[in-house]
Amino acid sequence: MKRHARILRQSGTPCGKAIAVAMLCLGSLLGRALAQGGELRLCLRNEPKTFDPLKVEDDASGQIRYLTGGVLVRVNRQTQELEPELALSWKVSKDGRQISFRLRSGISFSDGTAFTAEDVGYTVQQLMDPALHSATGDAFRSGTGKVETKVISPTQISIRFPAQVAGLDRLFDQVAILSERSSKKEMAVLGPFMVADYKPGASVLLKRNPNYWKTDEQGRKLPYLDSIRLDIQRNGDIEMLRFKRGELDLINVLDADYFDKLAATSPQLVHDAGPSLDSEQLWFNQVAKSPIPVYKKNWFRSATFRRAISQAINREDLSRVVFHGHAQPAAGPFSPANKFWFNSNLKPQAYSPDTALKELQADGFRMENGALKDKDGNEVVFSIITNSGSKMRERMAVLIQDDLQKIGIHVNVVTLDFPSLGERMTQTFDYEAIILGLTNVDLDPNGEMNVWLSSSDNHQWNPQQKAPETPWEAEIDRLMRAQASTSEPKKRKEAFDRVQEIVVEQEPFIFLINKNALSAVSTTVHGAAPVILSPQTFWNAERLTVAPQ
Amino acid sequence: MSFWRKLACVVLALVLGASVTASWLAPAGYAKQYREATNAPPSRTHWLGTDEIGRDRFARVLYGTRISLLLAPAAALLTTLMAALIGGLAGYLGGAWARMAMAVTDLFLSLPWLFLLITARALMPLNVSPLVSVLVTFLLLGLLGWTAAARVLCTTAGALRTSDFVRQARAAGLPGRRLFWVHVVPNLKPVLYAQFWISIPVFILSEANLGILGLGVAEPMPSWGSLLKELEGLVSVGEEPWKFVPLILLVVVVTSFQLLLSKQEEVAG
Repeated sequence: MKRHARILRQSGTPCGKAIAVAMLCLGSLLGRALAQGGELRLCLRNEPKTFDPLKVEDDASGQIRYLTGGVLVRVNRQTQELEPELALSWKVSKDGRQISFRLRSGISFSDGTAFTAEDVGYTVQQLMDPALHSATGDAFRSGTGKVETKVISPTQISIRFPAQVAGLDRLFDQVAILSERSSKKEMAVLGPFMVADYKPGASVLLKRNPNYWKTDEQGRKLPYLDSIRLDIQRNGDIEMLRFKRGELDLINVLDADYFDKLAATSPQLVHDAGPSLDSEQLWFNQVAKSPIPVYKKNWFRSATFRRAISQAINREDLSRVVFHGHAQPAAGPFSPANKFWFNSNLKPQAYSPDTALKELQADGFRMENGALKDKDGNEVVFSIITNSGSKMRERMAVLIQDDLQKIGIHVNVVTLDFPSLGERMTQTFDYEAIILGLTNVDLDPNGEMNVWLSSSDNHQWNPQQKAPETPWEAEIDRLMRAQASTSEPKKRKEAFDRVQEIVVEQEPFIFLINKNALSAVSTTVHGAAPVILSPQTFWNAERLTVAPQ
Repeated sequence: MSFWRKLACVVLALVLGASVTASWLAPAGYAKQYREATNAPPSRTHWLGTDEIGRDRFARVLYGTRISLLLAPAAALLTTLMAALIGGLAGYLGGAWARMAMAVTDLFLSLPWLFLLITARALMPLNVSPLVSVLVTFLLLGLLGWTAAARVLCTTAGALRTSDFVRQARAAGLPGRRLFWVHVVPNLKPVLYAQFWISIPVFILSEANLGILGLGVAEPMPSWGSLLKELEGLVSVGEEPWKFVPLILLVVVVTSFQLLLSKQEEVAG
């Protein structure tokens, strides 16, 4: 652009102006030619388990669904606002049970089949079919009974759920619309790309959907790219090496070690988008029937003990040492990255081993020869397990081991393969403390109902309670149900703010850090603006271009 | 004694001496975290730099040497003795005994050890001190690693059983037990030594891999295996050459042991 302006300024004569205008047009045409076409290359960390958008459960399949699926509404990954896509407008009823969509007309699936309200009704019925066991569908299941779909016209549909579904409209971000009539079934898509080739264990090739409905501001058809090649590569070292060699254009999620190594040589390639929604946390086993000594259960079920442990952990050091500064001390269950739902009154627990020790001593613990003992004389020793292969978690565990040693607590760090860890965590409950992470894909707290409700399987510190075992868990249950049973954002926010406060007071999960969203983007990719929400680097894939190397 | 063997002796003495005097050479210890100086390059304070959480790598190499140099040979010795007992005796006795012993060995070889180790981990309590974890790890390695060596020894002992000098000794009326200890076992020594030395680096590396199952040397205690794991993420050799010290040390120590072994083999031969 600067170059064009300079040519205009230097061209004083009418002839010169004509030449300049001609050159501008030529430049614009060339720019357009460069802006279109090309192949984007990146890696999937795992094999996609399905191409059926309704059956998606894993990250790899979710990323393909994002690139190929057409949705009625989309959460803008940058602004976190809900935006219209295939639906021009929508309305949620006051009781939160019904949603009505007005759809765009004249849109076709990738195989040329026309898109109508019938397809939306078909997709919702398929999604809610209990026999499908759809994880996406589970998010809509708030009560028993059938979902009713009513096609009002080819461009209008209303969907009624048997019970209120909180945050109903945002849930449609995950629902890719299927064609009722296409013989290609789930391979007929409405998104910018379609699956063209799949080599199991090797790669997935996505090609531009010729019938994609969107255009850019200049009226050009989207997407700009011809294709996206997703190589299946589990090994992060190899992914990094291939990126450095120019064989890949993006690394969607980078860990802090790789980020710093790349930043040392090519700082222009790495992006730190700030705190992500993901958190890392430590929790103690509070399951009454767990096969651990009673005196240890008493420690773990004491809020004073948990708070003291939390105070004795240096979160600043975890962020700085383990994540090289690419993480922030966690304040509570939600990351500050979740702009609406984060309770901004919460601050990360200050590191204070002295206060921790005082609180423990007030609770009957005492120091003897550098070792902390409870009032019955039992030395405070416990094990922290984490999954082997996660360098970051192993390092966090060793730092915490060292921090707790300062208040006389001896920690044994044990790394286990994930299946063994999972078995101990969910079936045998034979563990004392665990460090693991929570990956949040949903901004809405309803996405975490399965964590906070005491009856839930994923209420990790003490799951599947028949009735809440503590008053504060009963209060969390009540508040979570209250926020889910109203569609007023203010009331929901108030209820979830209180949930966050209770969690911080009681520390059933000791939240440690929120990782930053780190990624790498080649200089050949134009239009990339990495964000914290998945898919971080290619959320705007339809507008990305790749310049020839 | 040749120059190389003398050199091997000196190297081993130095390594052993340094590891024994680790607390004097690296007074801060292997667990002290210098959190302000993580991943630091070699300096006057930290001769081999620091690891990713700021622990002095020189101290960790010294203490790790002490653990690996003591326990890997101990596990190798256990393995070799078991292999000698089962394989050597089966080969010497021959017939049904050999078939039975080899059937047991084959059974052991065919067992899915990964799952057995996972079971072993599940049976062990989580709260074991790093020292106990070290002992358990090497004991497991010793108890599980004898099978391949037993097959080799069975074949060698079988060949010895039918050799002329053993036949002559038997014909001369030498009793079986004496025949085994005086004529067979000394001739198995070269194979036993070889199996012993081969096992040491294998066990050092196996210990590092057992960490995946929660069976390795527990943090914060170092071992050569855990130190070698640092090399996993290294993209190029020239990037941080000081991280190769544990690997170089492993190669040097094993080579030195083997140089000494060749002398032993000659004597045994």
